[in-house]
Amino acid sequence: MSDHLHVDAKGTQRNKVVFRGGGFAPQSKRWVGAIVFILVIALMEVGTRTGFINNLTLPRPSDVFKTFIDLWNTGLLWKHLLPSLSRLAIGAAIGASFGVAVGVMIGLFSYVRAGLVPIVAAIFPIPKIALLPLFVIWFGIDEPSKYALIAFGTFTPTVVATYGAVDNVDRSLIRMGQSFSLSWFSIVTKIVLPGAMPGILSGLRVSLAIAIILLVAAEMLGAEYGIGAYILEAGSLYDLERLFVGVSILSLMGVVISAIIGYFEKRLLDWRV
Amino acid sequence: MDLRLDNISHYYSDVEVLRAIDLDIPAGKIVCIIGPSGCGKSTLLRLIGGLERPGSGSVLQIGEPPAESINPLTYVFQDFALLPWRTVEGNISLVLEDHNIRGGRAEAIISDVLARTKLTDFRKALPKQLSGGMKQRVAISRALAVKPAVMLMDEPLSALDSQTRELLMDDLIDLWTREPFTSVYVTHNLSEAVRLGHSIVVLSRRPGCIREIVDIPIPLAEREMGNIELERKQKYLWDLMRDEAIAADQELLRV
Repeated sequence: MSDHLHVDAKGTQRNKVVFRGGGFAPQSKRWVGAIVFILVIALMEVGTRTGFINNLTLPRPSDVFKTFIDLWNTGLLWKHLLPSLSRLAIGAAIGASFGVAVGVMIGLFSYVRAGLVPIVAAIFPIPKIALLPLFVIWFGIDEPSKYALIAFGTFTPTVVATYGAVDNVDRSLIRMGQSFSLSWFSIVTKIVLPGAMPGILSGLRVSLAIAIILLVAAEMLGAEYGIGAYILEAGSLYDLERLFVGVSILSLMGVVISAIIGYFEKRLLDWRV
Repeated sequence: MDLRLDNISHYYSDVEVLRAIDLDIPAGKIVCIIGPSGCGKSTLLRLIGGLERPGSGSVLQIGEPPAESINPLTYVFQDFALLPWRTVEGNISLVLEDHNIRGGRAEAIISDVLARTKLTDFRKALPKQLSGGMKQRVAISRALAVKPAVMLMDEPLSALDSQTRELLMDDLIDLWTREPFTSVYVTHNLSEAVRLGHSIVVLSRRPGCIREIVDIPIPLAEREMGNIELERKQKYLWDLMRDEAIAADQELLRV
């Protein structure tokens, strides 16, 4: 208090007004995330080396890294990664594009909304993994059933995000379009779709993360190669090092996908305030 | 082209918002509509431009709109309604593309309206880079681009600060003086009404009907700030509206 307290020549107190407006304004501090990440890994390494953490409960990060290098050197990494990436790309592309199309239809047409929203709500909570046998019967044990599972899993969250985004498009802009006698098609393509783009992209972040989760599930059945197959094999052998290598690759895929979407958001949505 | 409102009434479910409105909007004049909040003046404007269907009565276009008019009834909105993902010129070309005006013709129109609204240097700017006054200038130049027969202006200056409002009022008067346009101008601001209106329609509170139409014979270009005659008209309008405004204010509290 004495810091703020001043008395001038006439003996009147002059107090500095105390600043109280701080906080509640998130700032971007990139390096903090990296430091926390490194600290956690360092703690695991030191803990397992000193015996503070039992080697049976957690693999040593350096061993996990060695396993990864082995995987790289034997060429098995690409043998596992490439089929997984192609399954992910094809499945997610099918699911997301159908999802966006259906979501836009729900957003635009009352009858489609009335008809499909309940169905989407009914499908959404079904764990798609439970339907795996069904997909095998429909599409066979090969690739198509895996695409279908991933597509189905990405479809529902994309639909929900998309029609929410279409609902949130500024009605006054649509009014404006009508007042200038723009055609229905122009209003949809030039006002509704760009206006819904922020919501669609943030919905894709969620849907694509779900696609990665389902990738592992899809590879539970009849997949010789694939990150999911690799993880499941390691899991059934209780080979924690390999398990962690697989899991790290998955989370790396998640980070990369999120970065790609972030790039598109920067490119496409630079008009946002 | 003149407009005539023929016995228009309008309801929102059970609430009667407008009652038996008869009004002529002559070509080349600015008709201001004022009234207490919630009296249905913005609704009336939406009815005039066909964005809403009147409960009964009709809006008539008397005579053909000029041949060069691309969109005869054109709005200027209070919230500007610019597409934030399009640049200034993109926002203007938006309303031309649908009428198959592209390339050189569009370019000529865009350059012309941007010059008339003093926006030439801001062609490539995005709306987020512009101040409120600039955004409304863009919206006005977009409206001019389609050569409207009647400009329907819905509180176009209400979202702006008072200095910007003065500047834009001067610009509107300039635009009108150089090339008279027909306009219906809805506002709750009496000083805007006496500066811009050739005639001022005073609506009563809900259900809105016409209480009086006040003509102001002074030419627009001669209406400076502090003009005694305008002050007198403004005082007269306020006396007309005062009790209604109080009643409208309290009516909202009771709802």
